[in-house]
Amino acid sequence: MKTELICSGFGGQGALTVGKFLAKAGMQEGKNVSWLPSYGPEMRGGTANVSTVISDTPIASPLVTNPDILVALNQPSIDKFGPEIRPGGLMIANTDMCPRKLERDDIDAIYAPMSTIAKEIGSAKVLNMVAIGMIIGKKNLIKYETIEADLTAFLKKKNPDLLEGNLKAIKKGIEIGQNS
Amino acid sequence: MQVIAKRPDSLTDLNFTYCPGCTHGISHRLIAEAIDELDLRNKMMGVAPVGCSVFAYKFFNFDMAEAAHGRAPAVATGMKRARPDMHVFTYQGDGDLAAIGTAEIVHAANRGENISIFFVNNAIYGMTGGQMAPTTLPGMKTSTSPYGRDEQDIGYPIAACELLDSLRAPYYIERVSLLSPQDIIKAKRAVLKALKYNKENRGFTFVEFVSTCPTNWGMTPLDAMKWAKENMYPFFPVKLFRDKGEEGGK
Amino acid sequence: MGEKVLMKGNEAVAEAAIRAGCRHYFAYPITPQSELIEYMSRMMPKAGGTFVQAESEIAAVNMVYGAAGCGKRVMTSSSSPGISLKMEGISYLAGAELPAVIVNVQRGGPGLGDIQPAQGDYFQATKGGGHGDYRMPVLAPSTVQEFADMADLAFELGDKYRTPVMILSDGLLGQMMEPVDFKPRKTEAEMEELDKQHFDWCIHPNQDEPNRHHHEINSLEIDPLILEKHVIHLGEKFDKIEANEVRYEEYKLTDDCEYLIVAFGTAARIAKSAIDELNVEGVKIGMIRPITVWPYPYEAIRNALTPKIKKILVTELNLGQMIEDVKLAVEGKVPVEFLGKVGGILFTPQEVKDKIKGM
Repeated sequence: MKTELICSGFGGQGALTVGKFLAKAGMQEGKNVSWLPSYGPEMRGGTANVSTVISDTPIASPLVTNPDILVALNQPSIDKFGPEIRPGGLMIANTDMCPRKLERDDIDAIYAPMSTIAKEIGSAKVLNMVAIGMIIGKKNLIKYETIEADLTAFLKKKNPDLLEGNLKAIKKGIEIGQNS
Repeated sequence: MQVIAKRPDSLTDLNFTYCPGCTHGISHRLIAEAIDELDLRNKMMGVAPVGCSVFAYKFFNFDMAEAAHGRAPAVATGMKRARPDMHVFTYQGDGDLAAIGTAEIVHAANRGENISIFFVNNAIYGMTGGQMAPTTLPGMKTSTSPYGRDEQDIGYPIAACELLDSLRAPYYIERVSLLSPQDIIKAKRAVLKALKYNKENRGFTFVEFVSTCPTNWGMTPLDAMKWAKENMYPFFPVKLFRDKGEEGGK
Repeated sequence: MGEKVLMKGNEAVAEAAIRAGCRHYFAYPITPQSELIEYMSRMMPKAGGTFVQAESEIAAVNMVYGAAGCGKRVMTSSSSPGISLKMEGISYLAGAELPAVIVNVQRGGPGLGDIQPAQGDYFQATKGGGHGDYRMPVLAPSTVQEFADMADLAFELGDKYRTPVMILSDGLLGQMMEPVDFKPRKTEAEMEELDKQHFDWCIHPNQDEPNRHHHEINSLEIDPLILEKHVIHLGEKFDKIEANEVRYEEYKLTDDCEYLIVAFGTAARIAKSAIDELNVEGVKIGMIRPITVWPYPYEAIRNALTPKIKKILVTELNLGQMIEDVKLAVEGKVPVEFLGKVGGILFTPQEVKDKIKGM
């Protein structure tokens, strides 16, 4: 079983972190993972995207061209990668930044106002956790417990408030994923 | 029997390969004597340049490295960082230090590396046969400035001490000359001071020797000394630029 | 073996170098290798080592020369344009027989090129690059794990043969994160052993007569008869390296393969995906992936040429450089075709499949 993802958004929205947390969780669950960012001028304000692969077998090419899952945090991400999603795949889109929907009926698409949800939880920064939650809620890619353990180890002492916000965001995402 | 004069222990038994009347032999000896006097030989290491003194690594009687052209201060940086328990100097000519190696000397000085630089300035490229150096004087004829150095075309001579004196980090900068016995005695004091500071790991020390090149200048050694006093001093005045070791040392 | 860590190739090779006993690192920032120099700036002081951000790649490689002359494990890194500047120093390291590790995180060229992954420095790395008659072991990783493992291997080879060693990586391997399993850090006792291993030739504190030494770190031999001897000695060393240090991977290579792909580094990784899919579709295809691109696995390629092999495909992220070595190995016995991408563009597994199907 191999799942290929592209996470994409404006620089600073956290698209790269979505991929990183998923890859790390995959690794902690004993899977092969790779995380390949686009780098260069995009880092500074343009569209940043990352190819993430989580697989039971060794990963040959880390470059994702036809993702099983697309996390689109802004409209350019849908426009660029939406048509490339593998039939039967999944797109998670942030409606706060994506006015136009993807015209495809051969994939699952979950639209949610992710920026608004994140702000309601307390910080725009937890948007990436909402996205991760939505994937966990919809697909059996990684376990919630793995991310929870990882975040707890990292944040419990350093910033317990942030930990709480992050976990709340993931749970909200899971709820959205499960209900769609 | 009492020994009154002898070859410094810090020089090997090899005969110098320099031209008759060349001042390299003097500056080599001054450095070697100072190392002996400071009892530094067993912890000394040096870097030879590319230029007439390219074989300096054979003449000094301790571990030596031969650097690529101009890179001696970078090589010395690597050596000192790898062997902080030892002491290192570079010996460089004007083409090596003030042309191809300008970046390396400026940045080693700016980092305040714990190294000593001995800089021999004779206003010409000796080894390659008398070409124009960054320190060649205006109007001076060399094999690549056959009509005399035209400062409107190629600029004025670079004064290394003045250049480095604009930086904050260097600990000691002095220009001396090797043009008379008195000058040589003063030069010895400067060399001793630089190496003493080096021994104490005080920082970057720099001594420039105003020197001659009788062969490529086409003069007798004595005429060369006289010519240098008259022509080089206006551009390269003998001077203590900085001595952080002495109270109000400027 | 400890717990796996998710890390960028640039950081993994830096961490592995420190664990392998590297305590001296000199470099200049350039994309896409900057995480390497940044990592070293953070971690070297904590490891009790030296980090200097040099004024240029030229200065950096000459600092390496100085520290290597003192017998220390020392490393520098850069990306393609910076590696060109280091070539002077690499030639001197080879001439003076100094062990050192140089990491090239390749990007698109020539000139400033771009900052995306490429393999355009193959010729420079394997056929000289610097002036004079020298060779240098060149290791080509294709995963982050292998990139990290090669730090240790590069230092070992460098010390064994007194030679500079290059790790020829690229922007993809430098920027990508994968799980890495690190070897334990060398112990104090091991570090002491490392320190002494070159005492018969390197710069170190002297003692009084009669045991004092005079070591010269030097690549200059003005007497042609002496230089001749020195270069012949270097040549014999290169022969030994060629005889003993060839490394490669065979992937899905079986006796009934009809097609053979030869690729290294990132290109090999992408080709593996294509091979997996082609095997499922019934195409009999395998690969040889050179791990050392110098010394080159000519013999392995020759041995793979069973009568069943119809064609060979070389895939590289350049206009066709390693293909010349493949042709040398094949000696015209089988047609050798090429698939390349340049400008920092990667090919996809599908493009490799299409090429094979069209052959």
